[in-house]
Amino acid sequence: MYKSNKKNLMKLTPIEVIDLSVSLGKDLILDKVSCSIKNNSITVVIGPNGAGKSIFLQTINGLTNIDNGKITFNKIYNNDEIRNKQAMVFQTPTLLRRNVKSNMDFVSNVKNKNGKLIIKNILKRVGLEGYDNKPARLLSGGEKQRLSLARALLIEPSVLLLDEPTANLDPFSLKLIEEIILEESKKGATIILTTHDMAQAKRLASDIIFFNKGKILEQTDANVFFRNPLTKEAKKYINGEILL
Amino acid sequence: MNILLEAFAKSFELVFTLNEDLFEILLLSLKVSGISLLLSCLIGLPLGTFLAIKSFWGKDAFLVLFNTMMGLPPVVVGLIVYLLVSRSGPFGWLGILYTPTAMIIAQMILITPIIVSLTSQIIEEISQEYKSLFASLVVPSHKAIIAYLFDARYSILTVVLAGFGRAISEVGAVIIVGGNIDHLTRVMTTTIALETSKGNLSLALALGIILLSIALTTNFILIRLKIRAKRRMYV
Repeated sequence: MYKSNKKNLMKLTPIEVIDLSVSLGKDLILDKVSCSIKNNSITVVIGPNGAGKSIFLQTINGLTNIDNGKITFNKIYNNDEIRNKQAMVFQTPTLLRRNVKSNMDFVSNVKNKNGKLIIKNILKRVGLEGYDNKPARLLSGGEKQRLSLARALLIEPSVLLLDEPTANLDPFSLKLIEEIILEESKKGATIILTTHDMAQAKRLASDIIFFNKGKILEQTDANVFFRNPLTKEAKKYINGEILL
Repeated sequence: MNILLEAFAKSFELVFTLNEDLFEILLLSLKVSGISLLLSCLIGLPLGTFLAIKSFWGKDAFLVLFNTMMGLPPVVVGLIVYLLVSRSGPFGWLGILYTPTAMIIAQMILITPIIVSLTSQIIEEISQEYKSLFASLVVPSHKAIIAYLFDARYSILTVVLAGFGRAISEVGAVIIVGGNIDHLTRVMTTTIALETSKGNLSLALALGIILLSIALTTNFILIRLKIRAKRRMYV
């Protein structure tokens, strides 16, 4: 039986996804997917465009309705308490129409996190020190994504969900974000991220989930996956061939 | 041309000699329009926000109604308010016909739909923009509403000033329910109408110039604010 146990709320892993189906309108996006996300892992979700990776992340974050199946966090169904311990960084960051500091203050206020010093330190960590008064929407693409990550870090999440966090970013932003991902993992966070960058997946992943056409074709250890993928689709994808 | 020059000279004379009657009319105009704007905002901003973020049966009908009411003919509004507050009307017992209160009510009816409709459009746009982020952050609805209103503040200010523009320049409704009574309900627009009918064109034009100056100043402030906000990508 799935129980509500307050002691377990801080620990959100393992995340069990069982027979999960999600539709958007008439389109079936996720088709009976099942997987298990281990505690403190960096799980990289890969697959071609339109495979369902982003919706998978959003569903874990409770942003989409589930048709069938279930997701549990350490045997507990998703709820607001659990979602308050998750943070999501979207592929296209939505920044409030305010300056950098106010964007951070908003999250701090919503999550009842106190401390100007914490905000200052996080902004320094993501390379946005001294940007406090800069309007957030005037930042460059890389800076916007780093601010989005900074907001997520302010939550001190147990589960960090990153949807193509380094897509189209310059090498500096890419390196910085990857370093932060590894640091957060060392601190104990469980990280799930999507990417099309195979080199990045090799650098970061402890586990790989391979999606194609709304189904999970493989979930395995990253080393095993890149050395010896089981499905022909995964082999083709790794080799940069088009999947039909 | 002479009339125009005379009008300019007259308007400067009226302003710089601190003409008592002019300032009385000007203050009453600002008071009536200001109060009606304030009350309309108190009703219109929450109502517009509610219509933007809540889904309920008949919502579209409300939006169509408020959009249609944006173009209400002032004289019709004046007539309806007149019928309601005249001695034989259902609210005749209030005794507010030919008082600034009746003028405020008429102006409120005219500008509240503008505030509601435009606020609703603005908040709907920003709430869609923030939807996924706020859902992910589990932002409580009251904090989300405050954020929408705060972040859309420049656009909402435009709406408020548009409402003010409609109120201060309105004549049809206030002349019917106010009666244009000297030292009691005479405002700039009704004075212009009266002086024109009397053939006192220079005074009417002088008042017109002052009214236009108020509109120009309001719009100048508005445009400056919008440019500033656009530069920071706050709109």
